[in-house]
Parts: sequence; structure tokens; C-alpha cells
Amino acid sequence: MKRRTLLTAATASVLALGLAAPSFAADKVKVGFIYVGPKNDGGWSQHHHEAAEEMAAHFGDAVEIVVQESVPEGADSERVLTQMALSGADLIFTTSFGYMDPTVNVAAKFPNVKFEHATGYKTAPNLGVYSARFYEGRAVQGYLAGKMTKSNKVGYIASFPIPEVIRGINSAYIHAKKVNPDVEFNVVWAYTWFDPAKESDAAQALIDQGADVILQHTDSTAPQAAAQKAGNVYTFGQAADMAEYGPMPRISSIIDVWAPYYIERVQAVMDGTWETDTTWDGIGAGMVGIGEISSAVPADIKAEAEALRDSIAAGEYHPFTGPLNKQDGSVWLADGEVADDGTLAGMNFYVEGLSGDIPQ
Amino acid sequence: MDFGSINPVVLLASLMVASTPILMAALGEMVVEKSGVLNLGVEGMMITGAVCGFIVAVETGSPTLGFIAAAIGGMALSMVFALLTQVFLTTQVPAGLALTLMGVGLASLLGQNYQGLKPPPVSDLNIPGLDHLPVIGPILFQHDMMVYVSLLSIAGVWAFLKYSRAGLILRAVGENHSAAHALGYPVRMVRVMAIGFGGAMAGLGGAYISLVRVPQWTDGITAGYGWIALAIVVFASWKAWRILIGAYLFGGITVLQLNLQAAGAKVPVELLSMSPFLATIVVLVVISARRHGASNAPAMLGRIFHASH
Amino acid sequence: MIKFVKRPEPSKAWTIATPILAVILTMILGGILFALMGKDPFAAIRTIFWDPLFNDQFAAYSRPQLLVKAAPLILIAIGLSLGFKAGIWNIGAEGQYIMGALAGAAVGLAFYPTDAWWIFPLMVIAGGIGGFLWAMIPAILKTRFNTNEILVSLMLVYIAEQLLASAALSWLRNPEGNGFPGSRNLSQIPAMSNPELIAGTGTHWGVVAAFAAVVAAYVLINKHMLGFQIRLTGESPRAARFAGVKDKLLVLFCLGVAGALSGLAGLFEVTGPAGQISIDFGAGYGFTAIIVAFLGRLHPVGILLAGLLLALTFIGGELAQFMLGLPSASIQVFQGMLLMTLLGMDIFVNYRLMIVKKEAV
Repeated sequence: MKRRTLLTAATASVLALGLAAPSFAADKVKVGFIYVGPKNDGGWSQHHHEAAEEMAAHFGDAVEIVVQESVPEGADSERVLTQMALSGADLIFTTSFGYMDPTVNVAAKFPNVKFEHATGYKTAPNLGVYSARFYEGRAVQGYLAGKMTKSNKVGYIASFPIPEVIRGINSAYIHAKKVNPDVEFNVVWAYTWFDPAKESDAAQALIDQGADVILQHTDSTAPQAAAQKAGNVYTFGQAADMAEYGPMPRISSIIDVWAPYYIERVQAVMDGTWETDTTWDGIGAGMVGIGEISSAVPADIKAEAEALRDSIAAGEYHPFTGPLNKQDGSVWLADGEVADDGTLAGMNFYVEGLSGDIPQ
Repeated sequence: MDFGSINPVVLLASLMVASTPILMAALGEMVVEKSGVLNLGVEGMMITGAVCGFIVAVETGSPTLGFIAAAIGGMALSMVFALLTQVFLTTQVPAGLALTLMGVGLASLLGQNYQGLKPPPVSDLNIPGLDHLPVIGPILFQHDMMVYVSLLSIAGVWAFLKYSRAGLILRAVGENHSAAHALGYPVRMVRVMAIGFGGAMAGLGGAYISLVRVPQWTDGITAGYGWIALAIVVFASWKAWRILIGAYLFGGITVLQLNLQAAGAKVPVELLSMSPFLATIVVLVVISARRHGASNAPAMLGRIFHASH
Repeated sequence: MIKFVKRPEPSKAWTIATPILAVILTMILGGILFALMGKDPFAAIRTIFWDPLFNDQFAAYSRPQLLVKAAPLILIAIGLSLGFKAGIWNIGAEGQYIMGALAGAAVGLAFYPTDAWWIFPLMVIAGGIGGFLWAMIPAILKTRFNTNEILVSLMLVYIAEQLLASAALSWLRNPEGNGFPGSRNLSQIPAMSNPELIAGTGTHWGVVAAFAAVVAAYVLINKHMLGFQIRLTGESPRAARFAGVKDKLLVLFCLGVAGALSGLAGLFEVTGPAGQISIDFGAGYGFTAIIVAFLGRLHPVGILLAGLLLALTFIGGELAQFMLGLPSASIQVFQGMLLMTLLGMDIFVNYRLMIVKKEAV
């Protein structure tokens, strides 16, 4: 809708804002966040919100945060973003992939407001993107899964067939296979990010099929509860540490750590040094955290897993290092070759050894 | 396809657990519809029950008290609907939709401080002597209390509608409220009671999700199961036993689909997720076609009753 | 004993007074709710009802947004109201809305990257047909087998949602979208976009269509034979049949119009404000429109006002969330209250409260 005409209309309002902008500098920095789910969903959105609050606490009086939860992607998000920008926000974080085009549109209307979009790929002079290399954490999970499984069956609750999820499956599988050549992955596509009952059923189905390690790429703790009920099943926290399910069934976790990034970017706005960039950080930069490996894991395995974590963090090892073949047997990476970010960002294939198809 | 690794006994047992929430909600809604009232607020009552049950179970440490609170919570919300439709004579469809909106919001507000807590466990109630029977034991006799309650409610509702005088009055009200009124039956009171029962059952179904199946509280935990319960009522063509079949079929398809995936079979996930709804339409068409035009729905479904004298 | 007694004629005074009273009552109840949550009730109510319209900072933007938000609601509700008047219960507008958007987007994208003036009109037609055909399923099942249309249309919503997900994930997925779900952004393709027609007013083709639908429905209901037949069928199906109303044709007509208008709403939304087919494209407009239809008492002008009022609470609710830190759940409860008081107070239009002495038995 806005493509042609609002641009001109917006220029006027932007001019007005632009003139007013210097007077804001002395005031508090106003930082906006919009979430796709409720801010207490126990997963993705809650984690962003906690990081936002941590950031606000860090700056104290110098920062004011405004948040909007449960914003549907599409037209509603564009309106919310515009209203936030109109209310005088200096920096706005949009924390779901589906906000990409709305963020681009609104950023074009408000050149003096900075925008940061999570998990997207479109940038502008006042729009940066950020995401985390969760697949690095998946490598550690895969390693632990391969070592800990006794049935050699690892269950994987996947959400939607998108690159982010497929990367995670591949990374976990490669590292499980490396330490346990007999390991099999059973992937269940739940077609939801969040449906506790269905996630619980999916975990139960995998357990019934003999899986004794469950990895999940959905947000609720329902699979943890199902594993706990079943007894000898290992799980990993997703997005949050889910420490309340440790030491069993939760033996470790991948944690989204957004707060340092938020603090850094808000600081940049305060200093006037903010520039657009594409951030894709992993364990090394602290954006992906590996939750404490619990006492259920033998000490030697724990030490090796931590060594793997540290070598990834130090940049000595890349989880996608050749030789690696695609599922159909064709060569993907030659010996020693490392996957480039472009391929990873659009990953739509399984690596060799995984069974089943990616739903299309 | 490889079905070999799926154990039908385990599958049946887990589908019973998966189906119980929609079974209870659907059974309650069926009674409401039998009285001639269409309450589209099932989702709202379910989630209210889920949160009330969770809070009370956590605070008291007793899942039983939790379930009682869930029934009361669901019923309390349904009374708002009863007030609107039976006293203020509001059209039922929008009133039900508004009820869902309100219930979902209210549940979220009530549950704000209960995220991430674990409710007291609901233990399985193995029926002594029967639980070790081969095949049948694990399927039928090793469940938690609420699974038995849900099965007993089916039998109870069936018997109530078929044999009791009160059940007869309820059906009469649903088939022709003017005639029922002329015969001196309290149409409005019957309906209010039916709505309350529906609310209580939806609340129990919701609490089964938050206390047994998941067990935790998060916003939006019922994830649309209330709407599916509405579909099951129709699928069952307003017959108690068929609610059982409908709910188990629906739960069964979901569980089977996940099990097939877990077993590595190639499954068209999207097609299967659609199949319960397609099946419901087919069943509806078959029923209505067979009856040559006479639908099995209660004749007064959704109609407003006002005693003019 | 207090009793409601039916008025011989709906009360004109109460027709106007009830919505106002209901809004005031909701403000009081909502104010209590917000106060219980520790927020300033006056600030909250002002933010919801006043700021989107008159706040210096926002109003220039949010006033036109009212039209953008209300247009699909009004368009769908107008279609639904015809059926509701005739006692035909289509509650599957959400599905028809989705199918309209899917059909229109699919037709448009089939011609990508052709840039021609006729693509958008073609998509509009496809959108209308998509919604129409989806509504024909319950319509034909109803006329052929007397299958309950409430339930079939509701089931079809779920099926449409699954189709939407598969479209976003596979057959309409943007091949240049880095593997993410979602179609190409139609609003950024000149031949397929539904732009703002007059800068700063929010008016896009969907808004135009909504206003046209209001006028057309008004004329149809009040001046046309068909409108009379619809009303008659709703009031007394038997009398209608006696008067020569072809009830099957009426079912096809009412569901077809509702389907086509819902499909159009979906098409205008996907080519305009929403921009693309995504998994979450169906944001519940089809269900909210049912409420709008009843809030507007199934009258075209009433629907127009009800759509705008609901849009106001959506936009004001958003403002209240980030300005005052109210949780979105409290806004939902508030909207629920508003709907319930509006629906509940409707009774005073057709009924009168009377104190009757209990008859001695």
C-alpha cells in the first residue's frame, strides 16, 4: 500500500521529526521492542523481553523502553512500528522474521530512527539486522546426543522447514554421527512454533519410537515434561535455559543471549556511533550460550563437549567443515572446506546420512 | 511405509490421553447444543479452566482441587454467556465469540505470575486386577483419574439424555422451546444449567492440558482445541458415544501422524492436519443426505427464546 | 418481578442511546479493571478512545489507519449481514478471506514479472471468485443435502488455514526469499499492489470497496425485492416460501455474496497492508467481522460505524500498550467487555423493562 504515496506523505512528517531530533538528544533514549508472542510466552518473545529489561536496568534512567507484545506480522506490525516511531522512539528492535518488510517500509519513512531487525536479511542506512548462530550450539547438542544415546535413536522436534531449522538439524546430526556412527535421527515436523500439547505429543511419539534423546526447535517446555515422565530420556533447553528441568531430563541447553547486543547497540545510539550492520554472532561473541551441562553427563563427556564449545567459540573450528556430502550423495564441502554464510543462510537440504525428506 | 515399529498398544494409550481435553469440552458443548444453545466460547472457557485449575493446583498442591477449581472457573465464565443470551436475549454467535476474546485475555492476566511453575503431578490410577491384563491393561486401565472421569461422563450424559426425565426436558427445550414452555417447563433455567455444565466440562478439559498433558501454564496453552471441540460435536451428530469416537479419531490422527513421522514414514503432514476437518464435513454430508433433508441438529439451535406471556 | 416486554416497534431513541450507554458502561468497567492493575484508568481510557483521533503526535497517522483497519471488517461484515438477516449462518468468512487472498495472489504471481495494467484487476476478480467458490461449498451442501452451513463453513476455515500454510511454505514461497516462508511482497510489485490512493488518507481500493458495499447493501435491503425476501426469510421462512421466495437460490446468493466480499477483502489486504502471503496472514478478520455485523445490528450504516469503533479500540489499544505498558491481554478483556455490553444492551431497543406484579396462583 504505502509504496508510492505514503513515501511522499512521510517525507513531510519525517522532516518535522528530523528538525526536532536534536532536542531529543539530551533526553532519555527511547528504545522500542515489538514481539510476535506474549512477553511471557516462556520462549522466544520472553527471552527478547528479558534481554530488553536487562538492557534497561543497565542504563538506568538514561533509557526508557516501550514494548508491544503479540503483534501479528503484516499490516498490524507496520502500524505499531509507525506509531512507536511517531511516539519518539530512537531505536526499535523488531524481533521476528515476519516483521522484515514492515520494518523496511517504516525505516524508509523515518530516517532518523534506527531499526534493528532480528533474523532477517534486508538492511538500510538506518536498519541493521542481527541473528545468532544457533547451529554452533546445535553442534554441542549433537555431540552430547551422540554420546548419551543408548538406543542410538535421537528424536528431533522441528517446527517449520526453513533454513534456520534445517541448519540446526544438520549441525546436530553431523556432530552426533561423528562420535556415534550408528546414530539415527528421527525428525518430526510439528508445523508450529508453540503448541504445548502438540509438542508434548510429538515428544511422546518419539519416545514411544525408542528415542532416548530429544532435541527441540519449538519453544515450550512441554517436551521436557514428557521426557521427565518417561524417565530415561535426555533433553536440551531451547531458547531459555529451562534449568528447572535439570539435571534430568535437561542435560544442557542453547540460550539466546540478546542483552549484551542490545546494550551495545543502545550505547552506540547514545554515542552517536550507530551504523547499520549485519550481525550474525555465535558462541564466541556470546550471543549463543551453552547452558550448564548437568551432572547426568559423565565428566569426561562433559569436558569434551566443553572443549568443542570452546574451539567453536575461539573460531578454531567451524561446525560445517568438509568433507561433507549432501543427502543425495553429491559433494557439498571438500575436505577442510568451510561452509560460506550465504549457503548456510539459505540452507534447504539435509546432509548425507539423514533419512526422510524435508517437507516442501 | 514402515508401520512395524509403531506399537498399537502404546499408540492407543497415548491417543486416549491426547484426546481427553477435546472429549470433555465437546461433551459439554453437546449438552449445551442439545438444549438449543450454540456457545462458540468453548476456547475461552477451556483456557480459563486451564489457568484456574493450574493456579489452585499449584497453591494447594492438590490436582483434585485444581480440577474442581477449573470446573468452577469455566462455569463462572459461561454464566456471563448465560446472562447475555438468556436474560438479555443477545444473539448467541457473537456473544460466544466475545466470550472467547474475554476468556483468553482474562486467563492471560490471571496466569501472569504462574509461568514456569510445575504443578503437582497427577498420578496414574491403575485399576487393580485389570491393569496387568495383556493389551487391554495398558490401553484401558493405567490412566490418570481424569481419563476415567471423561469416560464415565460420556456414559453419564448418554444415560441422562436417553433415560432421565430431566434429559427429556432438555431435549424438548432444544427441539421446540415454545412447546416446552407451553408445557410449563422452565426453558430459560434449563438452558442456563446446560450452559453451566458446558462451561464446567470445557474448564475440566482445559485443566487437563495444563495439569496433565503438558503440564505447565503458558499463554495460549489451549492453542485452538476449543474450536476443534465444536467440530467434534457436529462430527458426532449430537450423540454422546459418537463424541467419544470423534474425539479419539481426531486425537488418533494427530498422534498417529506424529508417530508415523517419528517412525520415519513419509507423511504428507499438511494433508493429515486437514483430514479431521475434511472427515467432519464428509460425515456431516452423509448424515444429512441420509436423512433426506432432516438435519440431526437440535431444531432450536441458536434461536432466541422469549416467553411473551 | 422485573420483566422484559416486547415493544411493538423497535425504539428509535434506544437505538441511538444503547451504543453510547454501552461505551460509557465499558469505560467505567474497563477503568475499574485498569485501576485494579495499578494503571491510571483515565489515562488508559483516553489513550484508547481519544489519542488515535486527536493526539497531536499520532492522529495524523492513526486516523487514516482507522480506515485501513476497518475496511476489511466492514467489507466482510456487509456480506455476512445479508445471510444473517435471512437466517443463513456463514461463520467461515475467515476461510473465504484466506482463499480470496490465495487465489488472487496465485493468479498475480503466475504472471510475475509481467508488468501490465490488467494484472491487478485480474487479481481482484480472482480474489472475489476464490472467496465465492469457497463459500459455495457450504452453500451447495446446504441446498443439496441440507447440511448445516455453520459447521461446514467453520471446518473450511481450518482447511483454508492449512492451505495457506502450505502456500507460504511451498507453492507460493518467494524463490528469492532466502528459504524463509512467505510469498513475494505483492505490495512492492507495481502491477500487483493496492496502493494508498490519496496520500495521507489511508484510502486504498479495499476502503473504496467497503464504502461501495455499504451503499449497495443499503439499497439492496431497503429498495430491492431481494432485500425484502431476505428479511422475510429471516423472520418467517414458512411465510417466505409461501410468498414465492426461492429459498435455495437465496442460500446460494447470500453465501456467495459473503464469500465474494470476504475474498475481495483478503485480496485487498494481501496486495496492500499485509503485502504478502504468510503463514499468519489470516489474522482473525473473518471472525471479528461477525461481531462487527451484529454490533451494527446487521444494518449497513450500523456496520460501518461498528467497524470503525472496533478499529478504534484496536489502534487505541496498541497505543495504550506501549504508552502505558498495559498488557495486550487487558486490551482483549476490555474489547470483550465492550462487545458484551453493546450486545447485551441491545435488548432495550426491542424490549422494555416492566415491573409486573406476580399473578396470584
